[in-house]
Amino acid sequence: MMTIFGIPGPLLFGQLLLGLINGAFYAMLSLGLAVIFGMLNIINFAHGALFMMGAFVSWMLLNYFGIGYFPALILAPILVGIFGIFLEKTIISRLYKLDHLYGLLLTFGLSLVIEGLFRNGYGSSGMPYRIPNLLQGATDLGFMFMPNYRGWVVLAAAVVCLATWAIIEKTSLGATLRAATENAPLVQAFGVNVPRLITLTYGGGIALAAFAGVLAAPIYSVNPNMGSNFINTVFAVVVIGGMGSILGSIVTGFGLGVIEGLTKVFYPQASATVVFVVMVIVLLTRPRGLFGKAA
Amino acid sequence: MFGFSRPQTIAFLAMLALIIVCPFVLYPVFLMRVLCAALFACAFNLMIGYVGLLSFGHAAFFGMGSYVAAWTMKTWHVDASIAIALGGLTGGFLGLCLGYLAIRRSGIYFAMITLALAQMVYFFCLEAPFTGGEDGIQQVPRGRLFGFIDLSNDMTMYWVVAAIFIAGFLTIHRIIHSPFGQVLKGIRENEPRATSLGYRTEDYKLIAFVLSTALTGVAGGTKALVFGIATLTDVHSSTSGEIVLTTLLGGLGTVFGPALGAVVMTSMENYLAQFGAWVTVTQGAIFMICVLAFRRGIIGEIGNALKLRL
Repeated sequence: MMTIFGIPGPLLFGQLLLGLINGAFYAMLSLGLAVIFGMLNIINFAHGALFMMGAFVSWMLLNYFGIGYFPALILAPILVGIFGIFLEKTIISRLYKLDHLYGLLLTFGLSLVIEGLFRNGYGSSGMPYRIPNLLQGATDLGFMFMPNYRGWVVLAAAVVCLATWAIIEKTSLGATLRAATENAPLVQAFGVNVPRLITLTYGGGIALAAFAGVLAAPIYSVNPNMGSNFINTVFAVVVIGGMGSILGSIVTGFGLGVIEGLTKVFYPQASATVVFVVMVIVLLTRPRGLFGKAA
Repeated sequence: MFGFSRPQTIAFLAMLALIIVCPFVLYPVFLMRVLCAALFACAFNLMIGYVGLLSFGHAAFFGMGSYVAAWTMKTWHVDASIAIALGGLTGGFLGLCLGYLAIRRSGIYFAMITLALAQMVYFFCLEAPFTGGEDGIQQVPRGRLFGFIDLSNDMTMYWVVAAIFIAGFLTIHRIIHSPFGQVLKGIRENEPRATSLGYRTEDYKLIAFVLSTALTGVAGGTKALVFGIATLTDVHSSTSGEIVLTTLLGGLGTVFGPALGAVVMTSMENYLAQFGAWVTVTQGAIFMICVLAFRRGIIGEIGNALKLRL
């Protein structure tokens, strides 16, 4: 059997793949947080709860309406995104003139409400979501067996992240968005409906979280705590990457997932804390984050 | 001597009267829980209310204080005063280490960094052998205070906890009304200006953070002794969230708000406990209502209506 640094190849690559998958979720979630922060100037603490909602909506679509995985991959983000737009319109928009901290506190309360409601309705134990038939099984890559679904998650996440990056950096809509992030009153003076743009940004960021939730449903069991398990690590990822750059969020997300995976191979005890250790190092050497703009 | 204004003196005396009367009417163990939460909230308020930094990781200091007090009590059979003091020292030392990192950023970043660092402490407690993992440290004896006061009696324990709370409360009040506290408020209002006046703002923030976390550790240590248990719940991020809510509900930056918030929150948890996850829903809803409708909190709104600083 092939070994690398005394570690069997399949073990190493297996953990690397798991790391990439975690990284894919970090990337999608921190990307959404960064986009929302750029436009709304709030840290969306409810991001984890809405990620969980994405998974739950796909589970509900399957069990109550018989709608399968692939339609759910489109439908769930749209439904949760609409919910996000509703939230923005009704409550979040009231806070824009206040200190950023109030946005954080409000969305924190929101996440407690959402998670509490789901815990009441479905308990905390979690429900399985079957991998769709098309993505069952595994492929022999020569150096390891890769479960098809896991490969699909990494691929889908990478495509969605890059698509988000392309929309923001390469299209005229994205240019307007970036301009509004820099100077909203000026963009409004040019006749752009900035409040609607803000609403759509929030909806888009939420849809991204929900999409990640659907992808996560077959891997982790669908349970009310799945979001809060992730979100603390995602905040560390955001601190490490800094919220200045879209591509930075993606790279940091995937990178930290891989680091976490490798730690699991070489020093398993530290795998839960390695992201936080990286955060400490980054704070000591480059406090504004790897890709952050100077304050 | 503590810089109380006249209305504050009246409010303080009213609080003191309540602390003395309540154990004869209500269950002392419940009241001790309220007092520990109140001290925790007052210590937390020192950061958010007077330095303007929202720490989302105060459970780390509360939980570690609680673990250390419980462990020293159970393993070394030290005096209760030493166990609680060690809890406070642990909180303060951990606060020094984590605060050194966190005060490099302010605003929402500070909140996220403290949250992440506290999560690291949580994982440490989950793995470390001395915390007992999922079981926590159970059956911690209350022991004796100063060698001769037996704390196993609930009423005796209550007076000790009440004394600790009042001492902590007055310490915080003294800190806020000292020249040091004035500088903190200056930093909160306008940090560049404080810097230009020659203050090393980072040092001030760090000292305030250490004071806040040390008192938080005392609250945690006291709680461990009262209930004879130190568990992962105390270091969990939900505890951090709860203390933010407690303080917000009572009134950020008010003197008596955090204590009142602790009374409301602890009673709510006590009476709603049978409804399971509805406690979380209610807490979340209160959070949202506070932020949307009354950001000054209960005491803040009362003070505003009466045109008093309470």
